[in-house]
Amino acid sequence: MCSLPVPREPLRRVAVTGGTHGNEMSGVYLAQHWLQSPAELQRLSFSTVPVLANPAATAACRRYVDHDLNRTFTSSFLNSRPTPDDPYEVTRARELNQLLGPKASGRAFDFVLDLHNTTANMGTCLIAKSSHEVFAMHLCHHLQLQYPELSCQVFLYQRPGEESYNLDSVAKNGLALELGPQPQGVLRADIFSRMRTLVATVLDFIELFNQGTAFPAFEMEAYRPVGVVDFPRTDAGNLAGTVHPQLQDRDFQPLQPGAPIFQMFSGEDLLYEGESTVYPVFINEAAYYEKGIAFVQTEKFTFTVPAMPVLNPAPSPAS
Amino acid sequence: MTSCHLAEAPIKKVAIFGGTHGNELTGVFLVKHWLENGAEIQRTGLEVKPFITNPSAVKKCTRYIDCDLNRIFDLENLGKKMSEDLPYEVRRAQEIYHLFGPKGGEDSYDIIFDLHNTTSNMGCTLILEDSRNNFLIQMFHYIKTSLAPLPCYVYLIEHPSLKYATTRSIAKYPVGIEVGPQPQGVLRADILDQMRKMIKHALDFIHHFNEGKEFPPCAIEVYKIIEKVDYPRDANGEIAAVIHPNLQDQDWKPLHPGDPMFLTLDGKTMPLGGDRTVYPVFVNEAAYYEKKEAFAKTTKLTLNAKGIRCSVH
Repeated sequence: MCSLPVPREPLRRVAVTGGTHGNEMSGVYLAQHWLQSPAELQRLSFSTVPVLANPAATAACRRYVDHDLNRTFTSSFLNSRPTPDDPYEVTRARELNQLLGPKASGRAFDFVLDLHNTTANMGTCLIAKSSHEVFAMHLCHHLQLQYPELSCQVFLYQRPGEESYNLDSVAKNGLALELGPQPQGVLRADIFSRMRTLVATVLDFIELFNQGTAFPAFEMEAYRPVGVVDFPRTDAGNLAGTVHPQLQDRDFQPLQPGAPIFQMFSGEDLLYEGESTVYPVFINEAAYYEKGIAFVQTEKFTFTVPAMPVLNPAPSPAS
Repeated sequence: MTSCHLAEAPIKKVAIFGGTHGNELTGVFLVKHWLENGAEIQRTGLEVKPFITNPSAVKKCTRYIDCDLNRIFDLENLGKKMSEDLPYEVRRAQEIYHLFGPKGGEDSYDIIFDLHNTTSNMGCTLILEDSRNNFLIQMFHYIKTSLAPLPCYVYLIEHPSLKYATTRSIAKYPVGIEVGPQPQGVLRADILDQMRKMIKHALDFIHHFNEGKEFPPCAIEVYKIIEKVDYPRDANGEIAAVIHPNLQDQDWKPLHPGDPMFLTLDGKTMPLGGDRTVYPVFVNEAAYYEKKEAFAKTTKLTLNAKGIRCSVH
């Protein structure tokens, strides 16, 4: 059975994963810190397991060794028979699936929070699967209310007919925090501190839920992907230009047809030729050059999130 | 008043290096563009050769394959017997040396511009290796004046032990061009535009010089390296503190004793010690974590250059 629409029991098994990409340093350093000193992750009604998701990539300060770990959690990778030649991340994904999943089973963790950075100017972005994930939507709303100054934007990644492939999809409920801009391999104090505070608030929310807090219905605005746009390229596949100065750093802002999106090395501008306004995100993300993505086009939409059923207050779990 | 200009030989051959670090993309793409269409970098009477120095690293979009190409142009590495067992970059260094050097040789390149990016907030930076190089001080003065009001800083790496054997050092006039902040593996249009302008002004200067223009004595402010500061580390050698938010992005700005420098993962501020104001550069450069450099301390001073003119006129 897939993830239940809404938890009916307290969440007991929670994990926070950092270093899913080994050069996204906020999560790397937080995970390493918590593995030494997990105290700040503990709450009365549940425990949180810190996980360094991709140790080999972290040791090399690279996004991945063989294959992007955060694209490897599909049933095809997770359930095929292991072989000695398997890429490092495929083996690792299976290990994480054993630890935090198995994906789509009743034994999976209740909640996984995955920590990421981006070189794009996305500020504080909360990435969840879809508007139907009621628990995740209430969590996002809670973060937005707690930190209005951060202008947390919600990005819902699931595309129709596509299987989820990211790490936090192995749990019954999941969320990714995507904070930027931060260069790969760099640890910025401001972003590190913000990530740490957000994790604490996520865990506080789970505690509130477990203790029987009521969370009423509300309206939410979010962004969902409708396509991607690649860089202009030469016949040989090399870059022929880059993101236009008027688009650079404007993640989540409206892009109208006719606005410039690329500047060619020879000087001319390429204009956006879509038919409607889109909201670009992941604009000029370093890791997406090789994926053929200069930016992701999203549409903005609003939906109602129903109230979460109130739990009976949870006793602390027996140790 | 008598003008006492130094007569310097005309400049014949200039090289522009990109991709010395394969993930510093501005230089990579400027050089690749100029290899296809070099009109913008041509000047009458001057040979200007764009060149990718570390093609394997560029292909993998990584800083280097085996070792940092920009640290190994010393006599020992250049003199090693060529073999397949040598690190990739050492073999490459020898190839580059044969193509563009030796320093002062008959067919050697007079000037090498080496294009770099940094994740630090250093803006437009020119790197100088020799404080007595009148020609380059004049060139840097010209570039700074032409770029104004866009700031352009000069970093002097002349130091008995901290100076490093750069790719460009095989030329009589080595020029480091460093523009940031830009993440590794990212190409920003604004940074590209700034680096492009720096090269344009540099080539214009050379052209004016060759045409006989006299450049009167001048002075420029430079930041000279004093020492490198590592991150505080724990017993296992892991980083225990990060660049303090007050220092982050504040390259070239004065840092006084007592000012916050690092913030531990437990939230404690570690201030700058000592008794003098310093000017930090390369603050939080991604590639320097492994070199154990959180930032470099510099001191501000003025360099003077004699007037120069081309000896041919």
